[in-house]
Amino acid sequence: MDFNTKEVKVIDPQQITLQLKALFSSQGLAVVSTNDHGQPYSNLVAFASSEDLRFLVFATTRSTRKFSNIEEDHRVSILIDNRTNHASDFHEAMAVTATGAADEVLGPEKDALLKAYISKHPHLEDFVMSPTCALMRLKVDRYYVVSRFQHVLVLSMKE
Amino acid sequence: MNFIVELRNVADAEPYKVGRKAFRLGVISCRGIRVPKALCVTQDAYETYARSTGLIERISLELGRKELKDIRWEELWDASLRIRGMFLNTAMPSSLVKKIREPIEEMFGDRKVAVRSSATDDDSPVSSFSGLHESYLPVQGIYSILDHIRLVWASLWSDTALLGRKESGLGLGQGTMAVIIQEFMAGRVSGVVFGRHPSHEDQAVIEAMDGHNQMYADGIVEPARWIIDRMTGRVLAQEDAVRSRLMTPGASGLHLEKPSSGMTRDSPLSGEEVQAVYRLALKIEEVFGTPHDVEWTFCGAELYALQSRPTPVMYIRERDDMRNWYGSMSRSFEDLKQLKIWLEGELIPEMIETAASFSRTDLASLTNDELSGEILDRTATYQAWERAYWNYFIPFAHGMRLFGRVYNDTVRPPDPYEFMDLLRPSDLLSIERNKRLEYLAEQVRQSPALADALRCGRDTLDFPCFNNEIKSFIDTFGDLSCNSPASNRWDESVKGFVLKLAFKSNAAGQPSIDSMEDLEEYYLSFFPEQRKPFARELLHLARSSYRLRDDDNIYLGRMRSHLKASLGEARRRLAGRFPQLDDTDIPRALRDPAFNPVQEEQPSEEDMAYRFRLSARQLIGHPAGSGIASGTARVVREGNDLAEFNAGEIVVCDALYPDMTFIMPLASGIIECRGGMLIHGAIIAREYGLPCVTGVAGALAFIKSGDRVTVDGYLGIITISDP
Repeated sequence: MDFNTKEVKVIDPQQITLQLKALFSSQGLAVVSTNDHGQPYSNLVAFASSEDLRFLVFATTRSTRKFSNIEEDHRVSILIDNRTNHASDFHEAMAVTATGAADEVLGPEKDALLKAYISKHPHLEDFVMSPTCALMRLKVDRYYVVSRFQHVLVLSMKE
Repeated sequence: MNFIVELRNVADAEPYKVGRKAFRLGVISCRGIRVPKALCVTQDAYETYARSTGLIERISLELGRKELKDIRWEELWDASLRIRGMFLNTAMPSSLVKKIREPIEEMFGDRKVAVRSSATDDDSPVSSFSGLHESYLPVQGIYSILDHIRLVWASLWSDTALLGRKESGLGLGQGTMAVIIQEFMAGRVSGVVFGRHPSHEDQAVIEAMDGHNQMYADGIVEPARWIIDRMTGRVLAQEDAVRSRLMTPGASGLHLEKPSSGMTRDSPLSGEEVQAVYRLALKIEEVFGTPHDVEWTFCGAELYALQSRPTPVMYIRERDDMRNWYGSMSRSFEDLKQLKIWLEGELIPEMIETAASFSRTDLASLTNDELSGEILDRTATYQAWERAYWNYFIPFAHGMRLFGRVYNDTVRPPDPYEFMDLLRPSDLLSIERNKRLEYLAEQVRQSPALADALRCGRDTLDFPCFNNEIKSFIDTFGDLSCNSPASNRWDESVKGFVLKLAFKSNAAGQPSIDSMEDLEEYYLSFFPEQRKPFARELLHLARSSYRLRDDDNIYLGRMRSHLKASLGEARRRLAGRFPQLDDTDIPRALRDPAFNPVQEEQPSEEDMAYRFRLSARQLIGHPAGSGIASGTARVVREGNDLAEFNAGEIVVCDALYPDMTFIMPLASGIIECRGGMLIHGAIIAREYGLPCVTGVAGALAFIKSGDRVTVDGYLGIITISDP
């Protein structure tokens, strides 16, 4: 016999991607964590995402610690959330951790990502266009999507 | 902030601050209508209490565990119980007590009062929200009044209030509450006048009964009733009530009594009194410009309006629904006692007999036509019993809830489910079955030769005692395969399971036994002497409710097994013609050799492809059995999955039915999609001391057999390890 198992409604990945897009467009800043010789190292950066969510981009000058950390170890995680610093965050806020490998975007791929970045942060155009500034790109392997305090779904990129 | 407003000043206050009920009472009082003396504790007091104690956020976290659409009513009840527990165990800040205590004492001293809800979203003309919150009466003494103010606040989060908000599309976390402290009127005659008849706009209805109104509200007695022509005020019809009981105030609440001989007259109201009540309704209608439903009482010759609200626009067609005026979806104690007699005396024996009559039919000897008829008959019978199950057995589970609530309100335990320890009976069928399995396992442990025979799959003819025990077990409890078509031999599943049980490495479980006498004594010690009989009777009712919640499923499960057996026999006969066949097509396929059902095309894998793969790392449900366990997940979708169950595994299922619970002694944790603390999974988990999380909506979607999972039964969290 079966145990009256109802049709299980799997949460639609498309639904999650729409939530991610809404979150990313609502937030300007993200926390980037890099590996500083074995010590986790976090910074606040202005970020943007590619339309297909495969990439997150941010800008940094090449003299920064995070830039050199990424040159040493490409593994990076980026946290984006919509907390308001009220207690209601515990049931209302959403936090997304993206993990993957980061590098500086160069060559023909740069134009589209740069455009997306400047369109989201027009006040940073001079900064990002400076020859000393690098546009960094995280190729996302996974998004860890946390909502309702403890509800954690994982969105993995298919190869 | 103004925490207390006198009724005479309420009409000048913002309705939002005092709630609609208090506001209306203030308004009609100013217009010369007699109402009991009252104070209003404003919603500022509630907000101050809820915010300064952090309750607001604790409530939001409790209600935010799942999306609203995924929350079942049982889960709402549980959430409501937990929230009520928070209110019971969270004292008012002393600064707030200081501000409200003095005016209350000044006005009422040691006199009895009614403590009534006055929610700001209560009773609006288009809402069916009325009466969702609670009132307490009679209450006496400042400490008791302060205590009951908290209980009224807690009722903002009652299951009926939450359900009302869910169904009306409001957020669960919305709402605030003012409270009315009103002089208690021990009325001679009481009732309700409905300013406009539910189904006849040109009529009004008066209902009345001797004594106090609460018995009416609880639906314990039928009131006398007058139908009145709204144009002329003439009585069009009158129905007298049979009055065998009346409710009167006592030292610790309201009590049912036999009416004195003077009270057994035909009508509780004289003709003049009927007209006075009707005039009261008209006067209130004049004040507000719309018909009102008014609760009233006669103290001596004086007529008082106790509370009023606009007659709902969307009204109520059935007589019984009128009790929604009082808003209780819960069944009363009296109602449950009647239901118990009926269920235990008639329905359960009938269920057993129906299942037994099925077992007397030899399916193999039936022709195809006869088998087709048998399947249709069994399907119809099973469906009828399933309806009965939903209509009568499930509501009877409210016996446990009622007990839980009384227990928590009286004992105030830190664990809101402590009451369940008192309900643990020793004679659950499933517990009895598991004891027998443990006995069989002990025989295997004692006999290496028998264990060896079982391990090697040899027959056990050399162990006649064991064989007889197995046969007797199967006769009584079935073969543990839950009638899965793939089970090969009638005794294999039992023997296989007994072997696993005999040599399980973990010691998950035997039911824990505390001294029931001590627990009972502890519970009863919280009741004054005259309330002890009620406390005992309620406990007795709750135990029946608890036992039936388990046993009814077993009996229904037996019927389901018989239905499945007949379908299995049919599938065996039809296997050559149809490798796959829906249950609904089987009777016709048996009768009609030319029948050829159209198979629906399944969507291809390609259509379902996405660029992303979604998995879960952590899922939230409700903590239903404390403890933590990590282990391999075993997803149970059908009977065959139970045979695969190994010691130490964590069972993952949509709902744990009693006929599945024989695996509990092997399990180390439980994960259920269905939510609720009083569902089987939770009950059995508590019984066996297993960590359990219920109401994990995505469990079957995200967890596969073989996944490594952790069940946090303290916090209601499931963690799925990376593969």
